[in-house]
Amino acid sequence: MAMELWKGNEAIAEAAVRAGCRFFFGYPITPQNEIPEYMSMRLPQVGGCFLQSESELAAINMVYGAAGAGARVMTSSSSPGISLKQEGITYMVGAQLPAVIINVSRGGPGLGSIQPAQSDYFQSTRGGGNGDYRTVVLAPNTIQEAVDHTQMAFDIADKYRNPVFVLADGMIGQMMEPIEWKEYKPAYTAEKEWATTGHKGKRPHNIVNSLFIDAAGCHQHNLELDKKYKAMEENEKRWQEVGTEDAEVLFVAYGTPSRIALSAAEILKAEGIKAGLFRPITLWPYPMMELREAIMRPSVKAVVCIEMSMGQMVEDVRYAALDKKPVSFCGKAGGVIPTQYEIAAAARAALGR
Amino acid sequence: MTREIIVSGFGGQGVMSIGKTLTEAGLAEGLHVSWLPSYGPEMRGGTANCSVVVSDKPVGSPVVINPTELIAMNTPSLVKFEPMVVPNGIILINSSIVDKKPERSDVKAYYIPCIEIATELGNPKVANMAMLGAYLEATKAVKVETVHEMLKHIFHGPKEKLVALNLKAMEAGAACVK
Repeated sequence: MAMELWKGNEAIAEAAVRAGCRFFFGYPITPQNEIPEYMSMRLPQVGGCFLQSESELAAINMVYGAAGAGARVMTSSSSPGISLKQEGITYMVGAQLPAVIINVSRGGPGLGSIQPAQSDYFQSTRGGGNGDYRTVVLAPNTIQEAVDHTQMAFDIADKYRNPVFVLADGMIGQMMEPIEWKEYKPAYTAEKEWATTGHKGKRPHNIVNSLFIDAAGCHQHNLELDKKYKAMEENEKRWQEVGTEDAEVLFVAYGTPSRIALSAAEILKAEGIKAGLFRPITLWPYPMMELREAIMRPSVKAVVCIEMSMGQMVEDVRYAALDKKPVSFCGKAGGVIPTQYEIAAAARAALGR
Repeated sequence: MTREIIVSGFGGQGVMSIGKTLTEAGLAEGLHVSWLPSYGPEMRGGTANCSVVVSDKPVGSPVVINPTELIAMNTPSLVKFEPMVVPNGIILINSSIVDKKPERSDVKAYYIPCIEIATELGNPKVANMAMLGAYLEATKAVKVETVHEMLKHIFHGPKEKLVALNLKAMEAGAACVK
């Protein structure tokens, strides 16, 4: 197959359509506007529906409705818009509805900036809405991965009847890179027998609901949800390791900074310092034990976590390190991107050179 | 080799388009490429630039910090990015509106009167193509024929005559660096 040059946001939208997404509800916000723009052109071509809602709150509840009716449905936004969608997201988890939510994240807090950032790690991995809930969070670092993750997200969502996040920083949304369109083969194809599709008296009502007014019943519901979270932890963890076998300094980064970390590793290599990269691909479930194993390798003298935030994932990295190896942080917030020179300097400092 | 290019100017000057054409052409020649835009919230008139990487190796960071080549379509772009160009790097300047010369002596500068070239050809929209032609002549980053093929793909039917116009603009730009 020939390689084609695609902008991240447009590639994500096309990937969704190819994965069978026929409904998109959203509200504009930079730096993800090419997703709804593309969907408004593309979905009518395939008999789908694009709707620009009056607000993010309306959009996420339209997603709830379409998901409840058994449709493949997606919404996208950027950080402040995702904040506004949190209520609908926790309701979808409670009502066990599958949907894909794309967050092309930007600087915060509040309205922040329109440039790329990763300060939504806590919100994505800990849940920004109320209640005990989890969502799988995929974090691509190339446009190809953004495509693959978007399609995979629909299958994961259907498999567990749970919303799935693709957390693509603004850089992944805005940049252009060559990609290959592989034929999409659904990994999960079971009928949605739970969907509210109308029954003409032939079966009992299907009910989509997140209200369990009786405490014991709500506890039981939570136990059932928890079983799904455990299964997600068991089956959906993904990560990548580059040069970690004999690394003196171990970089831990996801999304765009993971690429810059590899450029920093090249700089360090020229100085005779071996740097490796551990890249979580799912931010939840987090590859905690695998990261711990990489950190505990005898060659590793120091761990440097790189993020486009003031330090959020670094808390998980510290937990993985169990105070046995020093963990330092290199990051920039608000839309500023750490450079390979700054990362290399952080590595030298961590090694005491 | 790895070329890291910054193309910078006002929104509306076609700087993103120069970068995209270069990126597409690099891909067509089997190279590893990336294109990363950077702009403010304005539709037009704001500052805009893009980072392009064209390399025989996979692209690590797509953010260009120290460009091997800078294309400055306006004066603020030259002022902002000149200090970051690598030693022995190349700076191509749109001399129609940039009245400054680089202060550094360790870079090679070329001056291309993009607007005059485009006006002479009767279409001000091809000013950026004059710059692209100059860039390709100065660097040989990709073949002119590759861009020619792409133009034929973009402009066909009633727009076919635009292929020749764009090529003429590229040739006139190239002549400025010979």
